[in-house]
Amino acid sequence: MPAIQETVDQVSQIDVDQYKYGFVTDIESDRAPKGLSEDIVRFISAKKNEPDWMLEWRLDAYRRWLTMTEPTWSRVHYPKIDFEDLYYYSAPKSTPGPKSLDEVDPELLAMYEKLGIPLREREILAGVEGASDRRVAVDAVFDSVSVVTTFKEELKKAGVIFCAISEAIREYPEIVKKYLGSVVPVTDNFYATLNSAVFSDGSFVYIPEGVRCPMELSTYFRINERNTGQFERTLIIAEKGAYVSYLEGCTAPMRDENQLHAAVVELVALEDAEIKYSTVQNWYPGDKDGKGGIYNFVTKRGDCRGDRSKISWTQVETGSAITWKYPSCILRGDDSQGEFYSIAVSNGYQQVDSGTKMIHLGKNTKSRIISKGIAAGRSDNTYRGLVSAHRKASGARNFTNCDSLLIGDKCGAHTVPYIESKNASAVFEHEATTSKIADDQLFYCLQRGLSSEEAVALIVNGFVKDVIQQLPMEFAVEAQKLISISLEGSVG
Amino acid sequence: MLEIKNLHASIDGKEILRGVDLIVPTGEVHAIMGPNGSGKSTLSYVLSGRDGYDVTDGEILFDGKDIVEMPAEERASAGVFLAFQYPLEIPGVATMTFLKAAMNAQRKARGEAELTTPDFMRRVKTAAEKLNVTQEMLRRPLNVGFSGGEKKRNEILQMALLEPKLAVLDETDSGLDIDALRVVSEGVNALRDPGRSMLVITHYQRLLDHIVPDKVHVMSAGRIVRTGGPELALELEAKGYADYAGEAA
Ligand SMILES: Nc1ncnc2c1ncn2[C@@H]1O[C@H](COP(=O)(O)OP(=O)(O)O)[C@@H](O)[C@H]1O
Ligand SMILES: [Mg+2]
Repeated sequence: MPAIQETVDQVSQIDVDQYKYGFVTDIESDRAPKGLSEDIVRFISAKKNEPDWMLEWRLDAYRRWLTMTEPTWSRVHYPKIDFEDLYYYSAPKSTPGPKSLDEVDPELLAMYEKLGIPLREREILAGVEGASDRRVAVDAVFDSVSVVTTFKEELKKAGVIFCAISEAIREYPEIVKKYLGSVVPVTDNFYATLNSAVFSDGSFVYIPEGVRCPMELSTYFRINERNTGQFERTLIIAEKGAYVSYLEGCTAPMRDENQLHAAVVELVALEDAEIKYSTVQNWYPGDKDGKGGIYNFVTKRGDCRGDRSKISWTQVETGSAITWKYPSCILRGDDSQGEFYSIAVSNGYQQVDSGTKMIHLGKNTKSRIISKGIAAGRSDNTYRGLVSAHRKASGARNFTNCDSLLIGDKCGAHTVPYIESKNASAVFEHEATTSKIADDQLFYCLQRGLSSEEAVALIVNGFVKDVIQQLPMEFAVEAQKLISISLEGSVG
Repeated sequence: MLEIKNLHASIDGKEILRGVDLIVPTGEVHAIMGPNGSGKSTLSYVLSGRDGYDVTDGEILFDGKDIVEMPAEERASAGVFLAFQYPLEIPGVATMTFLKAAMNAQRKARGEAELTTPDFMRRVKTAAEKLNVTQEMLRRPLNVGFSGGEKKRNEILQMALLEPKLAVLDETDSGLDIDALRVVSEGVNALRDPGRSMLVITHYQRLLDHIVPDKVHVMSAGRIVRTGGPELALELEAKGYADYAGEAA
């Protein structure tokens, strides 16, 4: 039985003093009322059967959040979010889903078809009621139960811990206590603080010293992942000399009722350890007129804590109405390395403000940034990146390359690099280009027999090649397909 | 093969082609000469279906079928090829990748199977050698940083691989030195075929020393105003286009 379900069942058996929560709600109810208060934080913590220290940690975050204001420095524009008008806890299945695929948005279904997703799996992704409870459907998602079993066995043998963070909080409190909030402090920023108070669930990965994780870890393999909700929390720790490659998300868009997403991801790499973190983000971008769509405010940060450690972020962002995301590396250990490879695609009315921060603290630290922004329709695509060298970071090196590709003339691409060097021996290089798919280039392709969609895909694939190469093989092919689909209808 | 009747076409409301009549029988090579601005490139774009041109009257019969309403990519797959006066650069897309995509797109449109990689490689190698197109060029992004001569050879390479029924060559000689001109012309001549028609657009007679046409047409102010044999090109070379300038008014 999935751990979460177990927890929910256990909790629902406890007779809870309703009054304590200050609102009349049955603990068996799957949803807390709208709005945020200390009581809601307590409720979430109790629902997850958390130890006291965790509750205190959340409450502390909540109190600090009350004193903070939303940041306004990014280039994205959206109506003010009413934080009192949101649900902060809703258990799996509490929002009624469609009864069958007939009730699902046909555009979503068309997308599944193009991606070649099996029928039963489409039901799960679309949130059709009961779909994920059926064993047969689960099999469809995970190839087969035996795959999952073998997979778990193998990880166990290697000593790798890979589970829901709620499970880790109960089972491995010492590790969680030591690292949670050690990379993204509770008060880091408005959204991270909010996440710290109310996070729903997420992944926990621990790779012991000297272990090379025997397989790519993918959220796709974790059953609990299905309903982690809007405030996801992930913590990955690679001990000395360990290696792990982690894949987040999948290329199929999921039905999602939550408009606001504010995840926090923390990575810790100790001496000689390496973490590769790859993301494909494909949430609902809103309709043709720019209505609806997910607001995605994410804090992702990796700490190269040990000497010679390495953290590499690779992201393919095609979804969400608003993306606000800067996966960063703190290069603390001497000779540590940080990498950021990004493809951000925006179409329709999407707004993307994304980039990275490379904070060079240790000696001879190196970082590399390759960012490819593609803007089509009426979208806005901003790369925002900071590279800084601390006084002690002698021999720090950075190479940044930011390319933007415009499709049509109603979209915008912007590059906002910040460079701060407090060490004279640091060498930072920056290259940036902006190009456009011109009508005559397109006609040239058509004249050779390519359709306008094939032509755009060809040109775009050429443009993003350097980043696609960084993705694990099976992801790379899907990501390419996804990018082409996201840009469909952007010309002609 | 190609029959153009009373073709009128305009761009942004401005009429450029004003009643073009032209017949190119299967297997023949015809030249179109004419002063700058007479509408030669426009004709090539209208033939190949470029967006932005309004055909206001007349018809274009290709293999007996009117293709005026046919989208550009369908015309390409049906066998219409245009060697561009100014070939476009496509950064990030290796020439080889582009060739394969184009060949397979056309095959798919015609209901044929995609080429296997060895088959494709063999075809490219054979055609490239004849045109002095190096492997290194094939690996580079399409036309990016190519010299004028390399770009034109690359156009003829594409023509050789796509095996069109009708090839329109727009000022393929422009920007070529005499050696490059010879290579390109030889490439074109090698593609002369009883089943293939060609329309060679040029401003200068010198190309026609190498590619000897069956007929020469003179275009002026959006019309074909004179048609003759290869000797007409020599006459134009001697007299210039002065006689035809008046028609532009
Ligand atoms: N996109 C355009 N918009 C407006 N006028 C154009 C455009 N393209 C060509 N023309 C005009 O059409 C006429 C014919 O041009 P073109 O076909 O390029 O002639 P040629 O190839 O014979 O030199 C010229 O007067 C030119 O200025
Ligand atoms: Mg011209």
